[in-house]
Amino acid sequence: MVERRPWLDALSHLVLILGVLVVAFPVYIAFVASTHIAQEVVQVPMPLLPGAHLWDNYAMAWQGERQGSGSHASVGRMMVVSLVCALSIAIGKIAISVLSAFAIVYFRFPLRMAFFWAIFVTLMLPVEVRIGPTYQVVADLGLLNSYAGLTIPLIASATATFLFRQFFLSVPDELAEAARVDGAGAMRFFIDILLPLSKTTMAALFVIQFIYGWNQYLWPLLITTKENMYPVVIGIRQMISGGDAQTEWNIVLATAMLAMLPPALVVMLMQKWFVKGLVDTEK
Amino acid sequence: MASLEFSNLIKRYGTGKTANQVIHGVSASITDGEFIVIVGPSGCGKSTLLRMVAGLEEVSSGEIRIGDRLVNGLEPSERDIAMVFQNYALYPHMTVFDNMAYGLKIAKIAPAEIRARVNKAAAILELAPYLERKPRALSGGQRQRVAMGRAIVRQPQVFLFDEPLSNLDAKLRAQTRLEIQKLHRELGITSLFVTHDQVEAMTLAQRMIVMNGGVMEQFGTPEEVYTRPATTFVASFIGSPPMNLLKNAPDAKAGVITGVRPEHLDITASGWGLKVEAVEMLGAERLIYGRWAHSQSDETVIVRTEESYAPPAVGVTLFVTPRADRIHHFDAATGRRLENL
Repeated sequence: MVERRPWLDALSHLVLILGVLVVAFPVYIAFVASTHIAQEVVQVPMPLLPGAHLWDNYAMAWQGERQGSGSHASVGRMMVVSLVCALSIAIGKIAISVLSAFAIVYFRFPLRMAFFWAIFVTLMLPVEVRIGPTYQVVADLGLLNSYAGLTIPLIASATATFLFRQFFLSVPDELAEAARVDGAGAMRFFIDILLPLSKTTMAALFVIQFIYGWNQYLWPLLITTKENMYPVVIGIRQMISGGDAQTEWNIVLATAMLAMLPPALVVMLMQKWFVKGLVDTEK
Repeated sequence: MASLEFSNLIKRYGTGKTANQVIHGVSASITDGEFIVIVGPSGCGKSTLLRMVAGLEEVSSGEIRIGDRLVNGLEPSERDIAMVFQNYALYPHMTVFDNMAYGLKIAKIAPAEIRARVNKAAAILELAPYLERKPRALSGGQRQRVAMGRAIVRQPQVFLFDEPLSNLDAKLRAQTRLEIQKLHRELGITSLFVTHDQVEAMTLAQRMIVMNGGVMEQFGTPEEVYTRPATTFVASFIGSPPMNLLKNAPDAKAGVITGVRPEHLDITASGWGLKVEAVEMLGAERLIYGRWAHSQSDETVIVRTEESYAPPAVGVTLFVTPRADRIHHFDAATGRRLENL
């Protein structure tokens, strides 16, 4: 839009600022709460300016040394679990889907379209729908409380396969033929030409899938029973004690702030790639 | 360098009743170092034929020989060919150097040798200043040259060109045509060049294959194809405006088509009577469109005259005489050329 109307500018800024405030205010409250001691947080009204206990609270949360009830797992450990899970899910999903898309687009094998549709149909079945049978399988394989159990059932991805398929279909056939004339076999073509061309698609998927993996709640809740295998999202939930016991909200919210950092970092770091990929469209 | 031989090549898609045959038995033998152009309208099977030579399409039946080797079952990379694609098919993420070197790297040629070959090709094609650029930073003509460079560095037995000039503008196309000719003179590699453009075909070819509907209509030098077209298709496809193919000429025999090129009809005091329908000015020449004065048929006769000839008014009757040694006869049923008629 190249319209220049001052009041329109002002209005759009107002709308944007309101939007940012609505989203940012709860985060700010969480941050403020994480800098006070527990008693101050539960007072009414709650303080709206940061307190003096930022370092104490975060250190306590990181090491899991606190007095209150609920889970006492250290956030440091939980962050490691979450990171390993999110990375395995993101990388696993990309690896599996890029390979299956490659097979579907570039090879003519019997029942090729049947396989494609089979993958496509699973798009309609989220984890929650198949959670019962999946739990049974994972339990029978003895994968409860393990990284394998936390990640493998979430790795297969129809969405990513579909995305890569669409991207590969847009790569000109002549490129594959030129590679054949140059003597590149299928895998060589895949590694030397197709993968470098998919870099931006992979970066986009990595961001989406990392956050998806990091924010997993229901699945880890089902298959982890030991504190040392809690991802941080579960950890937060477990710190909130039920009943009459006092919840240390300052520590819980400090944990929440810490849990928010890695996805935010991934988005911020990968955004550069995003823009770079958008600027030099290679194809 | 090698000769190239097709014998009874057939290409068929699908099997059984749904089979669709697109090339119907093409045989030709091309000698070492020749520049052959395959020309025909779109959908005539010319690209398919080229891709069969490249190994990108399977041969349904028949044989392709490069030199003495039967290459039917070989992978493209084993056939000792290099191909220039219509859209160049450069690897977008690689520099010009890497694009040219990729095939050599896969063939495990020593890096020093690769560098020498690429530099030499770049010098021939005037690409040396661009070696570190990516294809997207090049102009259309430069990309085209990179595609040729990629073919040259492989030092193949046969060059295959799939309409490589169709994405260039007219000026660049004429220039690149000359460059390709020069390159062929210098390297002397057997070349197969597919195009739908008859000017390209006439200017580049040492011999040309004219194809139509999956059939080879004629295989000969541009001279032969122009002066002695083997079929009515060739007669009408080569030459612009096309040859007049006349059934109703005043002295016509039944079942025979008389062919005369517009440039071989002279305006005379008597002869074939034509009613002028339209006159076009093309610059150096004029085209006069006329209909028979003696018959009601809607056959159009085109006459090409010098620009200096004063244009006749529409509706007047004009007399033309074909040059005796430039009249062609074709069988009306088969379309084949009839000799000594």
